[in-house]
Amino acid sequence: MPIQYYIYFCLALFSIGVVGVLTRRNAIIVFMCIELMLNAVNLLLVAFSKMYNGIALQNGASVTAGIDAQIFVFFIMVVAAAEVSIGLAIIVMMYRNTHSIDINFLNRLKN
Amino acid sequence: MGIMKVLVGFIILWPLAGFLFNGLGRNYWSKKVIAYKATGYIVASFIASIFAFIYVQEHGATTVHYFDFINTATVKIPFDFKVDALSSLFLLVITGVGSLIHLYSTAYMKEEAAPHYARYFSYLNLFIFSMLILVLGDNYVVMFIGWEGVGLCSYLLIGYWFTNGNYNYAAKKAFIMNRIGDLGFLLAIFWLIVKLGSVNYSEVLTAESLSKLSSADITGITLLLFVGAMGKSAQIPLFTWLPDAMAGPTPVSALIHAATMVTAGIYMITRSNLLFSHSELTQNVIAIIGISTALLAATIAIKQNDIKKVLAYSTVSQLGYMFLGLGVGAYSGAVFHVITHAFFKALLFLGAGSVIHAMHHEQDIRKMGGLKSKLPITHLTFLIGCIAIAGVPPFSGFFSKDEILAAAFAKSPIYWVLGVIGAAMTAFYMFRLYTTTFLGKFRGSSDQENHVHESPLAMTLPLILLAIASALAGAIGIPEMMGGHHWLSHNLIPIVGEPIELGLSHSLEWTLMAVSVSIAILALLFAISIYKKKTDEEPLTALGKFLYHKWHIDELYNEGIVQPLNRFAGFLKDIIEKQVIDGAVNGTGKLIQYSARKVRLIQNGQVGYYILFMVFGIILLFMIWFNDISILLFFNKLTKN
Repeated sequence: MPIQYYIYFCLALFSIGVVGVLTRRNAIIVFMCIELMLNAVNLLLVAFSKMYNGIALQNGASVTAGIDAQIFVFFIMVVAAAEVSIGLAIIVMMYRNTHSIDINFLNRLKN
Repeated sequence: MGIMKVLVGFIILWPLAGFLFNGLGRNYWSKKVIAYKATGYIVASFIASIFAFIYVQEHGATTVHYFDFINTATVKIPFDFKVDALSSLFLLVITGVGSLIHLYSTAYMKEEAAPHYARYFSYLNLFIFSMLILVLGDNYVVMFIGWEGVGLCSYLLIGYWFTNGNYNYAAKKAFIMNRIGDLGFLLAIFWLIVKLGSVNYSEVLTAESLSKLSSADITGITLLLFVGAMGKSAQIPLFTWLPDAMAGPTPVSALIHAATMVTAGIYMITRSNLLFSHSELTQNVIAIIGISTALLAATIAIKQNDIKKVLAYSTVSQLGYMFLGLGVGAYSGAVFHVITHAFFKALLFLGAGSVIHAMHHEQDIRKMGGLKSKLPITHLTFLIGCIAIAGVPPFSGFFSKDEILAAAFAKSPIYWVLGVIGAAMTAFYMFRLYTTTFLGKFRGSSDQENHVHESPLAMTLPLILLAIASALAGAIGIPEMMGGHHWLSHNLIPIVGEPIELGLSHSLEWTLMAVSVSIAILALLFAISIYKKKTDEEPLTALGKFLYHKWHIDELYNEGIVQPLNRFAGFLKDIIEKQVIDGAVNGTGKLIQYSARKVRLIQNGQVGYYILFMVFGIILLFMIWFNDISILLFFNKLTKN
């Protein structure tokens, strides 16, 4: 499959994530949108890795060429998981305190 | 060489020591100590000058090197002094007349409090120091140092009575007008450095350096030098400061504004005569300005009633004669006139000071009269001064003035005719001054009459010595046609070259002399006969008023130069400064404050907005980083693969 399909798809996915973060007020949905953006990047990394690997194989390079990008994907997943656990914990604490998970509600912290 | 180094050091450092002594210790010394020290230092300097003069007569010109003032790859300006026939003559005049005037001042300034007395003498010593630097310097830069020094001292001494606002204005006027001239001098120095890379007389004033300069260069340099001389020596158009400079104490007028400083311009041109002789244009300009100044100032002097103002305009007029002499190439004649003028004009000023002293600071000659019997010594010496300046033989003024006039006739008879008219006016106003002051009846208050007294010995002794000098100084320049030797012009041959051959027959010269002398004598007799009985009251005729108001030149300068400059400065201050520059500065501040007030509303606490702007920012960055085309190329490249 041509690489630009992946790019357009990831662009779309990332944009949905961005728009979601910008427009939604529900903290959990914002969280999900962030995940969406992360995964768009992950997907793009894998796609480029694969493409580069294919070109390298044609030029007679080793089979492992370009797979370090896929290693990055795992790192990102791990970080995302850690972030989610902290984030959800914050949301839970927020809910206990305010009985709401509306992020705009939190702007009262200003001043 | 070795002796000269010590000698020149003595000549220069004695006055400096006097300046430091009196300047730093002005609150500690008694007046007696101050007077003895200040006068003693100048007399010591005079004695050293005599030795230097004798040395030069025997061994010729000497240059002494002290240290390098400026030393770069392209320009070397050593701090050298040159003692030759010209500068040793000036040394004698400066320190000699200077000593007498110091002595005179000790009595004249007696009423001053000790600190001011010390201040006065320290300025006077500093002046002598600067003047010595001026004439001794071996290059134009050292001369310029002295040149500025004398200007400063002139300013300080004119404004000596600084509590009087008018005197301060007079001091400022003198300083500023001198600065205009100094700018010309500076530019000439820069021009010399650019073209020749040197300002030493020994390198500039040679045939070799003349060949490196185009005639335009020579004309430009000499004209600029002349502008400097114009300011210092009070020539048209920069002469109006000198009459106002009479605000200073009278001995100051005698020393600075008659005998020495104002002749610095003549010294400078005589020193650079090689350059000036090679520019016909400059010589004509100098001669024309000189003779016009001589006539203009003489006409003004006829109608002035302040004893010092008459003498001041007379000085301007005599300086005009000297410049006429320089312009027609009679350099030794000009120097001769400088020397005789230094004697008789210092004498006249000191005599005027003695009169003012006796009259308790009355300077208006209409309120004097009949002082002949009350001030016998002052009267006699003043009369000798008047005869000398009027050009009556065998007094000194006759010889020097006639030498200039003869040279002027050789150049153009018109100069001679104008010069003789000027000489007649000189005789007229000097004897108007003399007659009104000393003859007739006393016209002051009876209180003044009772207090009129002859001055003390410290004041009359300088008068007597200067009177002798004024009477006899002509002896150094008796022309050969009278069987003399003209010692002065022979002495100056190393500097100004052989005296120019005038091409006039002896009988013609005798005739010219007889005409000018008889006209002068007629003028002076005429003046005596008019003013014996009456004085000049406020002038009634239009011409009289015009002359009384000094041709309205001060008003002309005020309207033509000062006021427009003031208005321009006002425009800069009110419009450019307050509105444009302040407006720009304040506007920037206001703009920032205003925009900050608006922009800070964006920070509203809504996280969503922050993220939105972040996204916009990122997009913007992308657009800047990879502009549209490169993004397209990026995608195209991907497509090809």
